[in-house]
Amino acid sequence: MDALVAQLQMQYRNYTVSLYQQGFLDDQFTELKKLQDDASPDFVAEVLSLFFEDCVKLIGNMARALDQTGTVDFSQVGASVHQLKGSSSSVGAKRVKGLCVTFKEYCEANNYEGCVRCLQQVDIEYKALQTKLQDMFNLEKQIIQAGGKVPQVDIN
Amino acid sequence: MGMATESQFHVLAVDDSLVDRKMIERLLQKSSCQVTTVDSGSKALEFLGLRESNESNDPNAPSSLPVTHQEIEINLIITDYCMPGMTGYDLLKRVKESAAFRSIPVVIMSSENVPARISRCLEEGAEEFFLKPVKLADLTKLKPHMMKTKLKKQSEKPSKEDNAVLKHEIRKEEEPSAIEILPLHQDVEQEPMLSNSKRKAMEEVISTDRSRPKYNDITTLV
Repeated sequence: MDALVAQLQMQYRNYTVSLYQQGFLDDQFTELKKLQDDASPDFVAEVLSLFFEDCVKLIGNMARALDQTGTVDFSQVGASVHQLKGSSSSVGAKRVKGLCVTFKEYCEANNYEGCVRCLQQVDIEYKALQTKLQDMFNLEKQIIQAGGKVPQVDIN
Repeated sequence: MGMATESQFHVLAVDDSLVDRKMIERLLQKSSCQVTTVDSGSKALEFLGLRESNESNDPNAPSSLPVTHQEIEINLIITDYCMPGMTGYDLLKRVKESAAFRSIPVVIMSSENVPARISRCLEEGAEEFFLKPVKLADLTKLKPHMMKTKLKKQSEKPSKEDNAVLKHEIRKEEEPSAIEILPLHQDVEQEPMLSNSKRKAMEEVISTDRSRPKYNDITTLV
């Protein structure tokens, strides 16, 4: 069993580090993990779940606002982008946040094509992150099921 | 919810974002604070027992606010700046204009680093301005502000003077003092713009690190 645990732990470490290296996550995600403890053992998963719900809701708002056959209310789009930027920043979703920054600029410039492109990208990006994190959580489960502890991953 | 939690600080956190509310709640709990979260400035005022201005014109509004609110001791209010309806700044003003609650320290959080916004908040009486995302380390700055209210409650004189004066007048009080909660529009005595504590806050702006964004060119936008 120990060999299995060790292997899983190594897999987990490598996977987590790669998420940071590939820019999916940033330091704020590390901060988020600090808040998880025995009193709140599923905190990270809970917050991320709220974040992804936020993504669905806000992207929906943006899509509707951009779908106007008449004039597009860019400030309305911008308001949702601002909110998404905030929550992605709070959870350490680096790529999503970066896209929101660009997206916001397009809104301010009333650039329709730019906004539509960003909308597509942000949709792809949050889903990619969701998949990656799901894989990460699955590895954690496997470690625990194999009788091991989830290691603290030091990002340097 | 025992009364034995007298030593715990109770913080009221205000943010319209659910994700951020969850974050700030956990951050505060991790810092050993009791937390109440609300999603708007008006709910915050309601929780405190203050009414919004349009309601105070209602002759049918209860003249005495619910007694339960007086028993809820809030040691700090931490609020997001950008919120629909009442902004964090509006909430700050309301609290500071209230005779009963102006002594509660208020901290503003914002995802945007706007120097004019920061100074406006500090001038209005905010103790700190945190840039989001707020980290655990930021919260250590809160303890001194919350300690001040604890000391104030325990001392005889409800004075606006520094801690130094309060230190030798600390006495155990059986009941929270009978704070007269005045409806907002009664004659509230106005504090001079920069009292001691505010000036200290301003000085802290210049000297501290992370939560004080360093800016070179201050473009005064209002």
